[in-house]
Amino acid sequence: MYVAVKGGERAIDNAHAWLAEERRGDPAVPELSTAQIREQMTLTVNRVMAEGSLYDPDLAALAIKQARGDLIEAIFLIRAYRTTLPRFGSSLPVDTGAMACDRRISATFKDLPGGQVLGPTFDYTHRLLDFMLAADGDVPVAPKMPVDPAPVPHVMSFLNSEGLIAQETCDGTPAPDLTRAPLELPAARALRLQALTRGDEGFVLGMAYSTQRGYARNHAFVGELRIGSVPVEMEIPELGFSIEIGEITLTECETVNQFTGSKTEPAQFTRGYGLVFGQTERKAISMALVDRALRWEELGEDDQGAPAQDAEFVLYHCDNIQATGFLEHIKLPHYVDFQSELELVRKLRRDAGAVDRQEAAE
Amino acid sequence: MTDYNFAYLDEQTKRMIRRAILKGLAIPGYQVPFASREMPMPYGWGTGGVQVSAAVLCPEDTLKVIDQGADDTTNAVSIRRFFERTAQIAVTTATADATVIQTRHRIPEEPLRDGQILVYQVPIPEPLRFLEPRESETRKMHALEEYGLMHVKLYEDISRHGHIATAYAYPVKVADRYVMDPSPIPKFDNPKMEMAAIQLFGAGREQRIYALPPFTRVVSLDFEDHPFVASKADHPCGLCGAQDSYLDEVIVDDAGGRMFVCSDTDYCAGRQVDGHRGRDNKEDAA
Amino acid sequence: MDNAALQGGFIDPARDAARAFRAGMEAMACPGTIQTLNGCVAPAPMSVAAATLLATLCDAETPLHLAGTCDTDMVRDWVRFHLGAPLVGRSDAMFAVGDWDALSPLDAYAVGTPDYPDRSATLIVEVVALTNEGATLTGPGIAQTAKLSLPGGLLAARVVRYPLGIDFYFTCGDRIAALPRTTKGAH
Repeated sequence: MYVAVKGGERAIDNAHAWLAEERRGDPAVPELSTAQIREQMTLTVNRVMAEGSLYDPDLAALAIKQARGDLIEAIFLIRAYRTTLPRFGSSLPVDTGAMACDRRISATFKDLPGGQVLGPTFDYTHRLLDFMLAADGDVPVAPKMPVDPAPVPHVMSFLNSEGLIAQETCDGTPAPDLTRAPLELPAARALRLQALTRGDEGFVLGMAYSTQRGYARNHAFVGELRIGSVPVEMEIPELGFSIEIGEITLTECETVNQFTGSKTEPAQFTRGYGLVFGQTERKAISMALVDRALRWEELGEDDQGAPAQDAEFVLYHCDNIQATGFLEHIKLPHYVDFQSELELVRKLRRDAGAVDRQEAAE
Repeated sequence: MTDYNFAYLDEQTKRMIRRAILKGLAIPGYQVPFASREMPMPYGWGTGGVQVSAAVLCPEDTLKVIDQGADDTTNAVSIRRFFERTAQIAVTTATADATVIQTRHRIPEEPLRDGQILVYQVPIPEPLRFLEPRESETRKMHALEEYGLMHVKLYEDISRHGHIATAYAYPVKVADRYVMDPSPIPKFDNPKMEMAAIQLFGAGREQRIYALPPFTRVVSLDFEDHPFVASKADHPCGLCGAQDSYLDEVIVDDAGGRMFVCSDTDYCAGRQVDGHRGRDNKEDAA
Repeated sequence: MDNAALQGGFIDPARDAARAFRAGMEAMACPGTIQTLNGCVAPAPMSVAAATLLATLCDAETPLHLAGTCDTDMVRDWVRFHLGAPLVGRSDAMFAVGDWDALSPLDAYAVGTPDYPDRSATLIVEVVALTNEGATLTGPGIAQTAKLSLPGGLLAARVVRYPLGIDFYFTCGDRIAALPRTTKGAH
């Protein structure tokens, strides 16, 4: 005889126990440490910090371990943790012009003050699986040179001084916080950039790629890509001055895009901007392309109906925590809604059947 | 869980949600934007309902959590445990004993009373969303009370099928002003929304809260010649014999044999305790 | 800062504010009912109910307007210490507190916008007496009718172009009632 299903609590407990075993894997294999993840899987740690909107490599490494390597699951852990943290205030805007660059390249000029510095990049590696890595071994020490203490000015400043590129001015409006106020449209550029920097890398990459293939006509040049550490400063009201509270690694990408011009404005280049925690290049460049595409309205361009131009579409769907939550929720029981659909379909078929029989009789 | 605030959320977040709830009650059916927080369960799994419950729960409350009408479905269990741990409140499966009921997709069969609060989990708060994907447009439609799109859709259903083809999340007009999505409850439950309890609706991922004070006028959209019918499967409950409760269809054997049982497990269990028996329930009263 | 400004906050903030909110919510959901609301004490002449409601709902994100006798240095200090709410003029206020004469007229308070009718002020009117007599109220939250004493002239002054409108609380000692914009009233 049918008995109502029970045992949800026990099922959940058993599922969690099995999950813990699977997370550990074969006990004969040494356990992964969070330090190993932090040191040897830095680019995953970077992605989790960027999309989790929390700069803490140790926490990100822990989240990755707990999530068994599922990065969106790890980002979720970080976001949920972040929500519980008390807020003391905001830092001053970081000065990326003062960055100690590990990597700094420009596609728009062959050479420039500060030079082209490749840094630790995959760019020119040959993508051949290196089976030597399957065995642990010592890594040879990379050659060194003393750092040139001269400042590394932004490339844009050269275009700026000729008046060739549209000026970005700061009007002093405090930046909005996407995590403290509901998203409202139209969204100002600052809010869009926030959404993009913590948006899913794959989604933003796809959107950026679409702009290169004609969905919003725009050829972007990488004016500058720089990666390195910057100090973070905060004003302390009780002290009356600002202090440095730490240092973070950032990736900054400024793109130069086709020039626009009108009867009243001379032709100029326009910009796209990307800024992401850690060494996270692909994301920073993608962000800059999508940023530029979303600026079509304020730059007086046409709306071509391209997905990357549609702020509502991009901003509502770039958050992978929201996306996966809603996607995966369809695993939850929906049998009540389904039941009402079943009844409706049965009814409609019955009534259609009755109409057919009636028509046949006539 | 150690060192978490009562009911998990920090006080500033609770204040923000509380203010949204009060405005929601002052403008029944209107979706108040709120800064939804990341919760320890995924968006889409009840974070809106959880945030609303966390903002209203008191230490003296007794909480019931149901999903598809049942207390024992996994997500209801998970949410109930969350509040047991973070708020240390009493919990119950008995509708009559609960002061706060968090629900996914059903209204309990037992009429709710003055002093109870029903918190709905809402996936898509915007009733016009599948007719118009853009929030910028739907907000204007609500502002101008421009609901033509919805009426056209319902009328097209009638032309095509002879009936309005919406079985759940059936749109309603609230206090003669806002069209509202009641959440994916079966249309059978719509008439219950005129009740003595306070109803609060939380959509976490979509960042909206809305509310119905007790006795608010809630009218399911229809046409004069095609009036709204709160229909259900034409069977009694196989376990308790109830004629007037919403039923789950259960497949009982490989030959596709079916049985219909009350979706509201507490209602059904209560009727069986009172001695009611359905056709498929051969056990004698204990 | 005077000691009085530093005292009078919730003893158990999370739990006490939760209980206080329930009373405030009941009042707004069931217009005309009178609820008990206490837990905080502010400097005179602010009532316990008004102080507790402010402590439950206000903080650094909610601009607050103090009107008439509620606008004293002691009260300002109390607000700064316990709430951190920015003190503003009428047109910027999300919340305003004072007696009816000091809060009147209503023109300058935010009533919301067609797209966002929730962005309206909530006025906390300190009254000398609060009873279930006087105006007859109908609307959402009220089964048939309710009766509530209202300050003279309030119903006439309260222009409601629904869904825009101001929402009111009435406070007296440790008692509170509410009048949301949906409630229709007649004397």
